Amino acid sequence: MKRIFFSVAVILAANHCFAQARYFSKDAAVSFYSKALFENIEAHNKTAICVVDMTGGKIEFSVPIKGFQFENSLMQEHFNENYLESDKYPKAAFKGTIPSVGNVNLSKDGVYKVPMSGTLIMHGVSNPVTTEAVFTVKEGVASASAEFIIKPEDYNIKIPALVRDKVAKSVRVVVEIPLLKKI
Amino acid sequence: MKKLIPSIFLSLACCQLVNAQETESLLKGIEDSIPPNEKVTGAFKSTRVINAHSLEMLGKGHLDFRILHRFGRVNQGIKQFFGLDAATMRMSFDYGITDNVMVGIGRSTLRKEYDAFIKARILQQSKGSKSVPLSLLIAAGSTVWTEESFEPVKPDFNDRSAYYVQLIAGRKFSQRLSFQLSPLFLHRNMVETPEEEKSIFVLGGGARYKVSKRIAITADYHHALDGVPDDNTDPLSIGVDIETGGHVFQLHFSNTSGMNERAYITQTNEKFFNGDIRFGFNLSRIFKIRK
Repeated sequence: MKRIFFSVAVILAANHCFAQARYFSKDAAVSFYSKALFENIEAHNKTAICVVDMTGGKIEFSVPIKGFQFENSLMQEHFNENYLESDKYPKAAFKGTIPSVGNVNLSKDGVYKVPMSGTLIMHGVSNPVTTEAVFTVKEGVASASAEFIIKPEDYNIKIPALVRDKVAKSVRVVVEIPLLKKI
Repeated sequence: MKKLIPSIFLSLACCQLVNAQETESLLKGIEDSIPPNEKVTGAFKSTRVINAHSLEMLGKGHLDFRILHRFGRVNQGIKQFFGLDAATMRMSFDYGITDNVMVGIGRSTLRKEYDAFIKARILQQSKGSKSVPLSLLIAAGSTVWTEESFEPVKPDFNDRSAYYVQLIAGRKFSQRLSFQLSPLFLHRNMVETPEEEKSIFVLGGGARYKVSKRIAITADYHHALDGVPDDNTDPLSIGVDIETGGHVFQLHFSNTSGMNERAYITQTNEKFFNGDIRFGFNLSRIFKIRK
């Protein structure tokens, strides 16, 4: 009896060591901005999911491609049909690590800027990316944001010569998580 | 000590389990808890298959300027430059009032005919938790021809008008293949021969097969059930859609030169498989004019 009790105690202790402070958001906002000679294009997506593990310093995003809303519905159709091929590749994802996550204290007000690196998977192509994650805690409410610069050609997204002056070579992607909730 | 070993072993095993989960996605469980629900879009490249209304709608605030040409019969040979010496055309403006309601006006050179229509989407194909297997649309329109008449009793405006209602039901079966059925009811206020009927029912169908991201093969066909003259034939068109940004070029071969519902249903008497084929094209240019 004593032995079982002891085992359970050890297991609980062990689990406690590995128990993580995980935070998530189901309505992370992902926007992209393309500034080119003849046209500025932007689209917004509020259906991304994000999970951050504040102990292990791991972070993941999942972004449904069809969730991107354009002001111009024809552009939206071309984005899905011709460029991102969302039937074939319905989601974009980011898997990354935040090595200095220890510097972030989500229970204390402040702005924490930490480097983040990982892999961005989009249109069936994976590429390493590095950026800065910004965690903001204001009156106990945690939010986060990050910015990526993406080149469509790196993800095998071909821009036809005819519209080359309408789509930027580098597209700015902004991720904003309004509220990080603890799991 | 003896007691400790199994405990440590157990807790290690437990840690292993936790770590095993670690290497899986952090999103596991959370991602699945959100039911995916998305509309199926892009069944056709344009709001018309070739002649017929397609499953597609214009987006809100979009203006579609369309120029349609139908040339002469290809089997007229080199003397008529395979039909290209002669052409009839239709020009039209379509506008998306909302994402589900659009209107359009057009004019054809054939019989100097005006046409107008309204088209609405009742159901849109979607997948996920609120799955809808097909799209359903309705189009209603009117035509009036204004060519001078040499009949002893001149037809008035009413006599020159015709009306139609069309249901369009279809499905995007895969990324490449879309198919639609589009029964139509047409009423003309005046007919030219006694064997014709003023009200006729028509079966219609259309399909497209995408061969690449921007190129698709299309076809549409109509068959009037009754009430058209015996020498009337079923309009059949087979074409290629080429999309380049805001333009869609629809190049095709067809046995009709009619470009509105009344014209292609009641004014086709060429036989496609006898080589009475005309080359034609629809050019669609879409502008975003309102937010």
